[in-house]
Amino acid sequence: MALSEPAPHPAQEQIRPTDSAGASDTAARAVALRAPLRPAVRVPVSVPAAPGTAELTGPVFGTADVGPLDHDLTRQHRGEPVGERIVVAGRVTDRRGRPVRGQLVELWQANAAGRYAHPLDRHPAPLDPHFTGAGRCLTGDDGRYRFVTIRPGAYPLGGSNDAWRAAHLHFSLFGTAFTQRLVTQMYFPGDPLLPDDLIRNAVGAPAARDRLVSALDRTLGEPGRSLGYRWDIVLDGPAATWTEGDR
Amino acid sequence: MLLPPTPSQTIGPYYGTALPFPGGGDAAPAGHPAAVTLHGHVRDGEGAPVPDGLLEFWQAGPDGSLTGAPGSLRRDGETFTGWARVPTDRDGHYVLRTLLPGGAPYLALCVHARGLDRHLFTRVYVAEPPGDALLAALPADRRATLLARREAGRRNAYRFDVTLQGDGETVFLDWSAGD
Ligand SMILES: [Fe+3]
Repeated sequence: MALSEPAPHPAQEQIRPTDSAGASDTAARAVALRAPLRPAVRVPVSVPAAPGTAELTGPVFGTADVGPLDHDLTRQHRGEPVGERIVVAGRVTDRRGRPVRGQLVELWQANAAGRYAHPLDRHPAPLDPHFTGAGRCLTGDDGRYRFVTIRPGAYPLGGSNDAWRAAHLHFSLFGTAFTQRLVTQMYFPGDPLLPDDLIRNAVGAPAARDRLVSALDRTLGEPGRSLGYRWDIVLDGPAATWTEGDR
Repeated sequence: MLLPPTPSQTIGPYYGTALPFPGGGDAAPAGHPAAVTLHGHVRDGEGAPVPDGLLEFWQAGPDGSLTGAPGSLRRDGETFTGWARVPTDRDGHYVLRTLLPGGAPYLALCVHARGLDRHLFTRVYVAEPPGDALLAALPADRRATLLARREAGRRNAYRFDVTLQGDGETVFLDWSAGD
């Protein structure tokens, strides 16, 4: 199935707020009622030491999963999307700096006007018939990934305080272990909305927040065609450490 | 010296254009005689269904192997890849069709939903193995939240509900290695 025809999400028809206030109610409810009240149970060291612990391994992906054009979000439709073309690339490693090879990286984002091609998005900005905003790629032997896309627009969160999201890309990554799974968001350097972005600020430590911001890297762009942004990703989890007795 | 990890951020409400894929919950090869159904509801702290959750399962094959296989995103109908991704429906319900794992009788589960700063890990036990180190480490009154129930009157069907918050809250697992 081509990425240009995303699978309809079954939830899409369920929540269809009629205005942005409805959307913010739905979001507030999710934040209040979904996070567990009890702390996660720390897994005893004897568990990963046991043979056959599934979480220390993980799914494998290959060329059967990702087509050669899935990494290029500007070429999924007949015409080119509107917006500033960019290349976003970097390296995925574990905490020891070892490359995460051949793993799946997924990307989704708003279009240049700050609108998602998703029925839940009620922001009255134009849709782009040539942009779905979803891509996939596999990391190479050196852990590198690369996407070609357009720079997303900012968008309002809805609600009474007129909070806006800084421009961002949503990323989904797999490591060599199931526990290295990461879903996160990448931001752009120098964006004036960064200091007030409520989602980025949900990351407590300022130094950690800064690791979500990419860097302009002229060597990654295509001359005369696109600017490049570099964003390296470090996966946490026991595959990087437990096997070496760090815990 | 360990590199600082990239922080998690919420999956948000709009991942539906990118992450779910057709056949995501059909881990068992088509028509496989040993296929089982694992299904249940995901509920929030007031017992309301979570209609926009995303569940990812990773498990051993029937022979106990954890090597997996590529091809989950474009299933060929024959290969067991060990990995599945299932969105919940408008009732907060999910359905996985799979093969029972050999070896330790559980599936690893990763729960994603908007409103969470990061995903949640848990385990779905399809049998209660004696001497299991993880189950033994849990308080007795919470252990049952990780046990799937065989459904009476239905062949090869198991039920496993996820309660994100409050009464009967599912045990979620912290796998972080620390610094
Ligand atoms: Fe977003």
